[in-house]
Amino acid sequence: MNDFENLSISSAIEGLANKNFTSLELTEFFIKKIEKNKDLNCFITSTFDKAIEMAKISDQKIKENEARPLEGIPIGMKDLFCTNGVRTTAGSKILENFVPFYESTVSNNLWNSGAIMLGKTNMDEFAMGSANTTSFFGNVKNPLGSKVNKELVPGGSSGGSASAVSSGLCLGSTGSDTGGSIRQPASFCGLVGLKPTYGRCSRFGMIAFASSLDQAGPITKTVEDSALMLQAMVSFDKRDSTSSRQSIPDFSDFKKLSIKGKRIGIPKEYMIDGLNSDIKKIWDSGISWFKSEGAEILEISLPHTKSALPTYYIIAPAEASANLARYDGIRYGFRHNADDLNDLYQKTRGFGFGKEVKRRLMIGTYVLSAGYYDAYYLKALKVRKLISQDFEDSFQKCDLILTPTTPNVAFAIGEKQTNPIEMYLNDVLTVPASLAGLPAISVPSGFNSEKLPIGLQLIGKPFDEISVLAAGAVIEESRGF
Amino acid sequence: MTYVIEGKKDSWQVVLGLEVHAQISSKSKLFSVASTNWGSDPNTQVELVDCGMPGALPVINEYCVDQAVLTGLSLNAEIKKMSIFDRKNYFYPDLPQGYQISQFEHPIVGRGHINIEIEGKVKKIGITRLHLEQDAGKSLHDQDIKNSYIDLNRSGCALMEIVSEPDLSSPIEAAEYVKKLRSILRYIGSCDGNMEKGNLRADVNVSVKREGEKLGTRCEIKNVNSIKFIQQAIEFEAKRQVNIIENGEKIIQETRLFDPNKCETRSMRSKEESHDYRYFPDPDLPPLIISDEKVISLKEKLPELPDEKKDRFMREFNLSSYDAEVIVNDQGIANFFEKLVKGRDSKVVTNWITGEVFSYLKKINKDIKNSGIAPEKIGSLIDLIVDETISNRQAKEVFEEYMKSMDDATTFIEKKGLVQLSDQSEIYKIIDKVLSDNPKMVDDYKNGKDKLFGFFIGQVMKISKGKANPKLVNELLVKRLKE
Repeated sequence: MNDFENLSISSAIEGLANKNFTSLELTEFFIKKIEKNKDLNCFITSTFDKAIEMAKISDQKIKENEARPLEGIPIGMKDLFCTNGVRTTAGSKILENFVPFYESTVSNNLWNSGAIMLGKTNMDEFAMGSANTTSFFGNVKNPLGSKVNKELVPGGSSGGSASAVSSGLCLGSTGSDTGGSIRQPASFCGLVGLKPTYGRCSRFGMIAFASSLDQAGPITKTVEDSALMLQAMVSFDKRDSTSSRQSIPDFSDFKKLSIKGKRIGIPKEYMIDGLNSDIKKIWDSGISWFKSEGAEILEISLPHTKSALPTYYIIAPAEASANLARYDGIRYGFRHNADDLNDLYQKTRGFGFGKEVKRRLMIGTYVLSAGYYDAYYLKALKVRKLISQDFEDSFQKCDLILTPTTPNVAFAIGEKQTNPIEMYLNDVLTVPASLAGLPAISVPSGFNSEKLPIGLQLIGKPFDEISVLAAGAVIEESRGF
Repeated sequence: MTYVIEGKKDSWQVVLGLEVHAQISSKSKLFSVASTNWGSDPNTQVELVDCGMPGALPVINEYCVDQAVLTGLSLNAEIKKMSIFDRKNYFYPDLPQGYQISQFEHPIVGRGHINIEIEGKVKKIGITRLHLEQDAGKSLHDQDIKNSYIDLNRSGCALMEIVSEPDLSSPIEAAEYVKKLRSILRYIGSCDGNMEKGNLRADVNVSVKREGEKLGTRCEIKNVNSIKFIQQAIEFEAKRQVNIIENGEKIIQETRLFDPNKCETRSMRSKEESHDYRYFPDPDLPPLIISDEKVISLKEKLPELPDEKKDRFMREFNLSSYDAEVIVNDQGIANFFEKLVKGRDSKVVTNWITGEVFSYLKKINKDIKNSGIAPEKIGSLIDLIVDETISNRQAKEVFEEYMKSMDDATTFIEKKGLVQLSDQSEIYKIIDKVLSDNPKMVDDYKNGKDKLFGFFIGQVMKISKGKANPKLVNELLVKRLKE
């Protein structure tokens, strides 16, 4: 049997086309691998029967020369995307037994491209977390922890997705990014994570955390794979009023795009206190790689960067407090026994939601309350505008912005648990792009002294995913591994 | 006449403002493609967003937006180029999303006004705003002893909330306001105005004050669903408030419910207990933008509205203001009138419509549109009265029977043998018989007892079995008695 562990999506497509192996062989390989690595806890629900069925159809299509773009490619689907007939939990007890009768647009697009679903990947509850330690279905382990003999977090909230790709349990996976939930776990697990421009991917059928920020994207091993998966995921969707009608390019055109002469902005405000020195070094290397590729490097200022994190932690919980109100035990999901209506609400939500979710719902309810709305929510909306304006101004001067993805490398499970603020600080470098709705990618760029991966982030202009991918490819070619 | 409540000590005025909730007559809901059909089996008209499924998203129904704009235009109101949908957050089992999508700070329609007529005088009532929102589902508490049930068929249906200024100052004004509003909504077709089905319902804000005083503390009476109840609720509530103040106590701002059985209002919740709805812009919905082109094209679609029609009817058909108001109130009646009045006397036509036709419609409990009455059916009958083939009285007596028959008027009265006696010599014969049978009375009449004229008429009609042409009888009797 072939070892498909280090296979990329692009090479798998080639292998399938050349009949070096079948999709069924690929799929069966990953099924075995998933079963062997249950301790990583990457999947909440596995869909092996379905995967085998899909693989057989793919093999038939390949045989008949009717292969679709991702024909026969086994992937993991973050358990935030509603999948018809397959349990979808959002990592929460409150949806422990919820089986949707409809399909999210993103997952539907992937199946229509020939991708195969191995299962639903673990995640922080309702995507609220940066370490995948808030899931009702347990922590996910970062496979790279074995390098340092520690149980490391994979990052979050798309921790199961990142860990699964990193440990070779699937060829790629979907994630969702509200404040860094694709980019940060990708960085922690040595992967490419892309958050597209807000509106590129439909949010229909994706369980909402913070509607004005949530955006689906791929987690893959390579930049090329990222482009391939992104292509399959995006679409204009009339069922999502915030879905963009912007024309969709051929994302693989990033290969034709030269970075020579492009202006790369380095925001001075991202040089934050507490930025890990290894990460700082890699950031400097990144700058030199772009220089030697003929890009122009310039220092830029994004003056409202320091306000981004508090702004994010007002807006996201505020939206979440309304988005999660529907989980009331009345129509579906977990319902606790109760004496009367209020008791039903209190117990269902009290026992159905985990601690972090409840914390954010409380924050969100608070900042929207009469007497506090202006001081918190309204002010946060204003600051959000300023943050967007910062980017807009900077993009007059530069084409792309290069920063680290995270202030630190993957940490041990259990760390940063005592003080939620410390956990929230993980997102400090990713939330600004989220608030501005900009495309951003994290690409593995080096290692710290313990050989733990470090990712650099590239932020692009709205709907300019191609440049972001092209710059990501420069890092891939220059980093020397 | 100003409406005044005489308390034990003072005279009191009433200040009223109405929030009318009108369900938009659209096939599908405000943010989903589910049907809005009334009376279907519970939970058979529910899309993902209407039952708050995870990952469900609202998509605006443009038809409902158009109806709101049309309504705004017909209320002489400002159409906002940009409006925002907000989430109004509260928990209730029939509110599946845990919030209602509504418009708070930036409604689709701003200030406007409508005119009402009270005792022949026109009063302008200000409209503060109109906004779009989702209706909630329905909780059913009477299906089972232990459990409540939820029907989400109504969940997500489009409502327009139309808020008036506190310009109304009597129960009758409030009633006229709702009637006028309902008439306008029906004219443009944005709401069927059916209060029994709950498609039109009102929250009534009531406060009282002495003349010259500032506005008093108001109470809001929720969800009143008939015009009669609106009047009753106001009357009760205003008196209740007067009693409280005159007893030296203060009105507590609160939400109250009207109990039509006891004809009283009861406290529902005080201001302190009121919800903090935590309104904020719905991030699932971009701002609603209305282009100038859209407003222009919708303006062109506006039909002739009740006030314009009334003016025209008064001008073209010489109707009194009162008659015209009654006729134009229902667009179907107005159209019926216009067809019927062609080539006929407008006064006669008006009397027949507001008299026999109205009471017949009431009896069969239908409106003119679905009654199936053709204008010609009434017209041919009126024509026979005018050409004196039958008398007005005869026509009225057989009206109901005639309406049920399939015959035209001529055939019907022939079958009934109803032809009017208009032969002068025949009528003279009867008159002469009556007079010769009652010589004493003839003498009395000639000596000044004018009232006896009616007696002679009655006798003639009796002998002719009602067939004698009353006008002719009148004429000939006068002649004979002068001889």
